[in-house]
Order: sequence, then structure tokens, then C-alpha cells
Amino acid sequence: MDETRTDQPADRLSLIGEKLSVRRGERMIVCDVSFRLNAGDALVITGENGSGKSTLLRAVAGLLPLAAGRVIVAGPGAEDCEVRELIYYLGHQNGMKGALTVRENLDFWQAFCGNPWMDVEDALEQVNLLHAIDLPFSYLSAGMKRRASIAKLLVSEKPVWVVDEPTAALDAASSDMFRGICQEFCSMGGILVAATHLPLGIDGAQSLRLETLSGGYDDDLAEAAAEGELLTPEADA
Amino acid sequence: MTALLKRELAIAFRAGGGALTGVLFFLAVVVVFPFAVGPDMNLLARIGPAILWIGALLASLLGLDRLFAQDREDGSLDLIVMQPHLLPLTIAIKCLAHWLATGLPLILATPLFGIMLNVEPVGTGAVMLTLLVGTPAITLIGAVGAAVTVTLPRGGLLIAILVLPLVIPVLVFGITATNGAIYDPDPFTAPFLILCALTLFSGVLGPLAAAAMLRHSAD
Amino acid sequence: MTRQSAEISQPAGFWAWLASLANPTRFMGIADRVIPWLAALSVALLVAGLYMCFTAPEDYQQGATVLIMFIHVPAAWLAMMCYSVMSISALGTLVWRHPLSDVSLRAAAPIGAAFTFISLVTGSLWGKPMWGTYWVWDARLTSVLVLFIIYLGIMALARAIEEPAQAAKSLAVITLVGFVNIPIIKFSVDWWNTLHQPASVSRFGRPAMDAAFLYPLLVMALAYTLIFFTLHLMNMRSEILKRRIRVMKLKAAEGVR
Repeated sequence: MDETRTDQPADRLSLIGEKLSVRRGERMIVCDVSFRLNAGDALVITGENGSGKSTLLRAVAGLLPLAAGRVIVAGPGAEDCEVRELIYYLGHQNGMKGALTVRENLDFWQAFCGNPWMDVEDALEQVNLLHAIDLPFSYLSAGMKRRASIAKLLVSEKPVWVVDEPTAALDAASSDMFRGICQEFCSMGGILVAATHLPLGIDGAQSLRLETLSGGYDDDLAEAAAEGELLTPEADA
Repeated sequence: MTALLKRELAIAFRAGGGALTGVLFFLAVVVVFPFAVGPDMNLLARIGPAILWIGALLASLLGLDRLFAQDREDGSLDLIVMQPHLLPLTIAIKCLAHWLATGLPLILATPLFGIMLNVEPVGTGAVMLTLLVGTPAITLIGAVGAAVTVTLPRGGLLIAILVLPLVIPVLVFGITATNGAIYDPDPFTAPFLILCALTLFSGVLGPLAAAAMLRHSAD
Repeated sequence: MTRQSAEISQPAGFWAWLASLANPTRFMGIADRVIPWLAALSVALLVAGLYMCFTAPEDYQQGATVLIMFIHVPAAWLAMMCYSVMSISALGTLVWRHPLSDVSLRAAAPIGAAFTFISLVTGSLWGKPMWGTYWVWDARLTSVLVLFIIYLGIMALARAIEEPAQAAKSLAVITLVGFVNIPIIKFSVDWWNTLHQPASVSRFGRPAMDAAFLYPLLVMALAYTLIFFTLHLMNMRSEILKRRIRVMKLKAAEGVR
């Protein structure tokens, strides 16, 4: 598996979502979403607040159970592992410990995630954060924290990146920097799935717009409501 | 996995980590008892091992709510759960780190508190030995409680309620073994071996149950 | 190829029937029809059982206090059976993902706590004349008390997590872990003897019970079991209604009709 990934993040993998539906509690948040991404493709998911962008990403990453549909990673080296193992997920939180220095944080993730890619120094260089390498993570500003967690994507090699609002705390220059990193990742055959409400501006990215579902409650209960059963006195008998 | 152990220990012993809070709490419990039962040295000597065990038990429960909640708050838990490691093993390592940071200091502090409670040296030794074997079980069972309440903003008290009934056997056999070492006719080996068995059992059950919980508890 | 998917498997026979119950509406229909019969039957058995109890001869050692046993023993049995039902429901949540198993687990907890409470209270009422004290820290009593605390803990957890789907898994895991207490209760009387001084108080002294006591006891046990199932079904029904109300409130908050 390592041989196929020495200079390219996983050769010719594709990430396929088939009719994905995700339920949260009693209601359906995402309904019937499909996509197909080949190596080098990027998918930008947009939509207003509450339209289920984060929910969809977490479901793709295997962090939320799917109510229906499936996520497939097809390609060499993907036969015998779970989808979530091939994905680097960067959510709203940075996943870094404030008490540890930036270097300690990145060293840990590199060792824990396996498949080391860039050196910690090189990765920080990429995000212009080399000067802060030995500072405790909690000392950094919000934008610097976000850049440090982007560096986290670079220290360990995964064929798929799933990033949620990656540029939320970044200024224009840093957003450009992140776009560059993403384009390079894709040009090397990586697959990128990003949710954002700020335009990311990645060339040739597919886009997917989620609409807020109204209603979408649990089937049984929705059915029962449609039949008016919820309100009839028999239901209480 | 060593990286995880190193990281957890570093966090626990840095500023803001809870490693030594447990020992201070242990001290507080031990100090409160003589006030409650009176400074009768003979009485204290007799119930001393029990006080030490209760203090250690409560102190071990103290930091359990942070075991997964902290990682969940900063998003680390998502990444930890996604990696191709065996999740129960990962959890066992986290428990080990938690025990090294909170359980072991308690045991090291026990001789000092034993002197304060007038427990004879054999008794202190027995308490240390039984704590050494028994406190990992508390952490491992506690991991289930921590996993179950990980989504709750203030799960600490609830963990104590859920975990206490489950660790009562550990307490019972820990004290029984300790008393067996001090008072002659009572057996030491049998309860001590059962204590070992409890720890081994929870070493399997705890991480497995906690992993089952964490796998899809994310929201 | 690697995948994560959610597909609904197609079970057959009994499992198909069980799966068909997953539809709350169908379950409610069945429950509505079954509950009156179950309730009537349990009342009849309870009356018959109580009659048999009061006409049973007085025990030569315990005198009239033996009557307490007819209340106490079945309650203790049910306390354990209820926990077993909850554990099976927990498996149902975790393994088969049956939507009603979570409802069943939740609904059983307060009933189990009530039976445990009855057995503890009647036990100490019996203990006062027999042992001279209301409470002894004997292994059996202690482990049943622990069971009571576990029940309360589960109920507290159920209340603490607002969203039913999220609570389901937590409850299932903690219920299964708590199940280790059941064999401890069951065998505590035998196990502790080997470690501690011989039990001075063994409640189920095992001399073969006289038929005059056995039959009333068994009828009472059957009556208790039916009461349990009646209450359980009723509680499941109200739990489902509660969830429907919750969904309606959520919809109302969102302005969906």
C-alpha cells in the first residue's frame, strides 16, 4: 500500500457518494445527495446555514451514521480498509491541544495517523507558521490556529481531505495560500471535499448546493402525521 | 500508540492538566475523616485502610469526565476515532495514561496518608498493593461512563452515579484483601486474586464497551 | 472496494414479525388490543394469589411474617427479570438496531426500579422481626441495593440526554455493562460464604419448600410477571406518544405544518 503512495496521495482512487441521506435525531437533514469524485477532483459544497453541509461531511467521513445510501472509496489499496481510514477530516474545531506546542501537536498527529508525508517544519513553512513552531498552541491567534491545523493535513498522507469551513478564520492572503495547497494536493491526485460559505476559488472544482430541507421528519412519524393520526383521540386511547 | 501515550501524559502534567488535583483531593478526603469520626488513633488505625481506599476511589472518579470530553471539545476525538487503529486499544492507552497521571500519584501518596491515619506499615503496604491492582479497574470501568456521557456538557456527576455501583466489587475485594493482610485469620490471597481478575475483566470489557459507544456517539 | 453503507436487511419469519413491529403505529395497535386482556389476567391472578397466600398455613418458625415473602420474593425475581429484559433491549439497540428496543429499555427502567424498591422495603420489614434489624450489609442486600442505584442511574441518564436517538446508545451500553451485577446478585449468597464468615443470614434457606407455600408463591410470581408486561407495554405506549409530541413540538418550532 505504501509503494503506491510514495509520491502521489493514492493513485487513481475515487470517492463515490450514492444517494446519501443523513438523519439527526428525528429529522432528515440531508436527503438523497450523490456525487462522484475521481483522483484529483475537488467538490465544494455550499449552502446556507443549517442546510446540512457539516452533517453531510461528517457522514462522508464516517462520523455520523447514514440513514440511507453509501459512501465508497474505490481503487487500488482501498480494498481492505474502512472509508474513514482514508480520509483526513478537518472540522470546525482544530483538534489541537492548547497545552502542547505546535510542534508537539503535529508530531503527535503525524505519528498517530501514520503515512508521514512532509516534515513538521516543511508543513509549517507552507502555512507561514514556522516562527511559532515552539509556542504553545493556545498562544496562537484564531487565524494562526487554523493555519496550524491546515499544516496538520500536510504532515500525514491521506488520499481524501474532507474539510469543513477551512478558511473561516483566515484573512485573504492565508485563503490564497490554502487554495494553493489544495490545488497542489489535487494535482497530485488527491480528492478534496470542502464545505464553505466563502468562495474557495479552486479551479475546476465541482460544486454542490444543499438546500435546507423543511420538514423531513422521521418516516414513521411523518406518515402518522400525514394520516392525521397524531392528532386524533384514538392515538391516546 | 506510544505517541498517544506521550501526548496524554504531556497534557496531564502540563499546566492546566489535572494530574496533581487528584492527590490534593485525596488529601482533603483523608483530612476530613478524623474530623468526622474524632481523633481516636486506635479507631483511625482500624478504619484507616478503608479511608484510604474510599479517598483513592473518589479521587480516581474525579477526573474521569475529562477522559474523552476534552478531546471531543477540541475536535481531536473525531480524528482519533477515524484512524485505522483498533479503537479499544486506543482507549486502553488513554486509560493507561489517565491512570499513570491520576492513579499512580495516589498510590505513591498513600504511605504519607497512612502515617497520618496511624495505619501500621503492613496495612499501608497492603493498601498500596491492592490500590495498585484495583485502581486501573476503576479507570477502565470509568472509561465506559466517560464514553456514555461524552456528549453531555456536564457529565461529571452523572459519571460518578453510573460508575460507583459498578466499582463497588473492586472496593469490596480491595478492602477484604487489605484486611486479610492485617488481621491474621482472614485470607489475603483469595480476595486479592479476585481483585486481579476484576481488573483484567474490566480491562477487556471497559475499552470494548467504550469503543462501541464512541464509534457512533459523534454528532 | 471499501464502503460504508446503510442497507436494511430483510429478515424472515419471527424476525420479520419483530421487524414489522418497528412501525410504531402497528405496535400501538397491537398494544391497545393486548393491554386490557393482560391487565385483566394479571388482576385475576393477583387476587387468586393473594387468596392462596392468606389461606396458606403459618410457618412454624416465621409465623405470619412468612406472608411478606409472598410479596417479597416475586418482586426480587422481577427486579432481576426486568433488568434482563432491558439488557436484551440494549442488545436490540446495538446489534439489531430495532427502533422499539430503545423504547422498551426506557420504559422498563422505572418499573424495574419500582420492583427493586418493593423487594428492598418488604425485605427489611421482614428482617426486623426475623433478624432483629431492618438492614444488614449482607451480600444479597447490598447487591440488590446496587441494582437499585443502577436503575436510578439509567433513569438519570435517560433524562439527561435530550435527544432520544442519542440517548439510545448510551443507555444500551451502560445497561449492558451493568448486567454484570445480575449474576452477582444471583450467586452472592453462594459466593460470599467462601470468602467471609459463613452467611449468618441466608434468605433463601434451601430446604425444599412445602407445596403449601410453593404454589401461592408461583401464582404470585406469575401475577407479578403479567403486571410487569402490562405496565411495560403501557409505558412503551406512552413513550412513543411522548416522542410524537416531541416531533410535533419540533415541527411547531420550525413552522412546518
